[in-house]
Amino acid sequence: MSFFIETLVGGLLAGVMYSLVAIGFVLVFKASGVFNFAQGSMVLCAALTFVSLRDKGIDFWLAALITLAVMVLIAIAVERVVLRPLVNRPQITLFMATLGVSFVIEGLAQIVMGASVHELDLGIVDTPIEIGGVQVSQFDLVAAGTAGILVVALSIFFNKTRVGIALRAIADDPQAALSIGIRLQTLWQIVWGVAGFVSLVAGLLWGARQGVQFALTLVVLKALPVLIIGGFTSITGAIVGGLIVGAGDSLAEIYLGSLLGGSVSTWFSYVLAVASSWSGRPVCSAKRRSKGFDACRRSAQKPSKGSTRRTRPRRACATGCAQARLWCCSPHSRAFRL
Amino acid sequence: MSLWKQKRIMSKAVGLAALALSAAVGTSASAEEAKTQYFPLATFRVGAYASSGIPVWAGEIDYFRYINEVEGGINGIKLVWDECETNWEVEKGVECYERVKAGKNGSPVPIFLPHGDPISKALTEKSVADKIPLVTIAYGRTEAIDGRVFPYSFPVVFSFWSEASSAVNFIAEKVGGKDKLKGLKIATVYHDSPYGKETQVPLAHLAKTYGFEDIQIPVPHPGNEQSAQWAKIRQLKPDWVFLRGWGVMTPVAIKTAAKVGFPVDHIIGGIWSGSEEDVRPAGAVGKGYLAVTPFPAGANFEIHQKLKKYILDKGLSDLKDPKSFGSVYYNSGVDEAIVAVEAIRTAQAHFGVRPINGEEAQWGLEHLDLSEKRLAEIGATGLQQPLKLSAKDHEGGGAGKVLQWDGEKWNVVSNGWVKSDRDLLLPLIYERAAAYAREKGITPRDATN
Repeated sequence: MSFFIETLVGGLLAGVMYSLVAIGFVLVFKASGVFNFAQGSMVLCAALTFVSLRDKGIDFWLAALITLAVMVLIAIAVERVVLRPLVNRPQITLFMATLGVSFVIEGLAQIVMGASVHELDLGIVDTPIEIGGVQVSQFDLVAAGTAGILVVALSIFFNKTRVGIALRAIADDPQAALSIGIRLQTLWQIVWGVAGFVSLVAGLLWGARQGVQFALTLVVLKALPVLIIGGFTSITGAIVGGLIVGAGDSLAEIYLGSLLGGSVSTWFSYVLAVASSWSGRPVCSAKRRSKGFDACRRSAQKPSKGSTRRTRPRRACATGCAQARLWCCSPHSRAFRL
Repeated sequence: MSLWKQKRIMSKAVGLAALALSAAVGTSASAEEAKTQYFPLATFRVGAYASSGIPVWAGEIDYFRYINEVEGGINGIKLVWDECETNWEVEKGVECYERVKAGKNGSPVPIFLPHGDPISKALTEKSVADKIPLVTIAYGRTEAIDGRVFPYSFPVVFSFWSEASSAVNFIAEKVGGKDKLKGLKIATVYHDSPYGKETQVPLAHLAKTYGFEDIQIPVPHPGNEQSAQWAKIRQLKPDWVFLRGWGVMTPVAIKTAAKVGFPVDHIIGGIWSGSEEDVRPAGAVGKGYLAVTPFPAGANFEIHQKLKKYILDKGLSDLKDPKSFGSVYYNSGVDEAIVAVEAIRTAQAHFGVRPINGEEAQWGLEHLDLSEKRLAEIGATGLQQPLKLSAKDHEGGGAGKVLQWDGEKWNVVSNGWVKSDRDLLLPLIYERAAAYAREKGITPRDATN
């Protein structure tokens, strides 16, 4: 039994690592509805920049700060050069553009920083510890803790800040958001910047585990089933999806591997993803939020007593339910004037 | 048909014939005039495996430059080369082969180095049709050792079967003899690909012969998450682990082994899990890790002193990172270049001093004799093992050295070259080659000539 628990715990912790990459996809998708194919390249670029700076003797935190600045610059460049000219184009066009961005980032990163493999030491001990007779990796625990902090920070960002709320509004209906004065370009830069920050965190943890090398881009392979299971718009879903994929892969490899000829984990997560799609919606879908929007819309249409702000349709919100949704879901109408 | 039309067709036919004739004469003349030996290089300087490839080409190109600059070419025939990027992808590798196989400026292709196990397998039949030998040092189809069935495939020096057998023999060396192997558990953690599976048959055979338990654990590509595999290792408690990885799989395996508490000095990496690029990313936990290789690391071999003096110090090296001078991959490039140059030299001795074509190079390879004496002349004693190839034996060597990582560099810890049980394995290899011949309808060549 302890072996089963150990495998399960190991799988869950491994799944958290996948979630870290999946969160980057979720952020961009939430804000723009675009599946960012360049996420893996951003993970590589962040880790490679950081480790190259460290190799030059730059202090850890300063290197992290400079890397973050580089990622923000990339975010601005991507918005200016790639996304802005493609506003209002079909989603597939934007997706293909991110595919191009991924090749450009990978190529430039290799030209500037070389193709060598780098060791990345974060100073985290990776010897196993025993908890109740079950061996657990200290590194994986730190990674799980980091993912937890990241999720909390992003939740606060999305739910409590004006920028975050505006991002949600854009995710819901970009046209309506634009009509009430939200600057789409600025928000895209911000969200790509935040995705860059998430890439840095994921790149550091994955880089510490496997070395900083080109193969870091391949970690996205496992982020895809995580996204299908957890949903493309939910950060919590990314975590839950990661846990399901990690645990599923580990248990399947151990208990089904010998029966099915091994390497079950190559495809098992995709089986889980397909199975989850049969249920009609991801584990953490936007369904619940939509209900919230509907409730908001109703409340906007039927003003409650004593509430002047909610009952007075704003100029930009007066023309349709999408605008009403944006308006009513904002705790403060000023949130949209960015 | 009118007379006018007939005349027109005739004149076209005559024109085409004249053109074909002049082209043939031109080609023959330029081949005759060519004073250089073309040597195309299929490289992967970008992509997921670039870090492994870059030092290989450096070793190879540095040795070619040394031959040109110091020795004036191979008997006066200078080497010229160009690169074709494969990204380590089969389609691109095949495309590169197709692009270069006709030679360049009248100089034919003597040997093609596919630099990739899947690429070499995809080219097996094409190379026969085009009569261009594929030299695949330490990779490629093992049964191609039987040159009667595979006349143009040369898994020279150290096949995957020899790799597995050498690793087992090293374990025997450590435990006090082959008789002590009985009852041991040896787990092979392998890249789940045709390359990774290549050692399953010889290990099963060796396990049956010596009485150890053979455990096989696959790792799916790319191998960046191995918790389940190493949990299994922890459960099965093998005495030794034979790690046959590629790329990112190796450092992740070493780190995950440490995570589950498996002693790293009981892990023996295979050829493609035994470079600095494999073990450095693992950091401190990699200290003590072992690897079996036909390319011992080190820059103290005589040839390295020559390369340093005439190529590196003169700024002619292809090496961007001087730290890689004498690394496993750099030395593999030097080894590969030595074999190619010596095969061309052997062919020249038979066919005349001129650029050699594929068919002639195949003869050169099958008559290659890299004796201790010749290796000493080259300055490769200890770097390259003695080799004697024949139509019946396209491998020739079959031994590896075992290295141990001390945290900074590799040190040889085996008692010289650890020989594989070739006598035990060759009958099986020939059986497999014969089965391939039956499947493909190939009549094996007579090996006596």
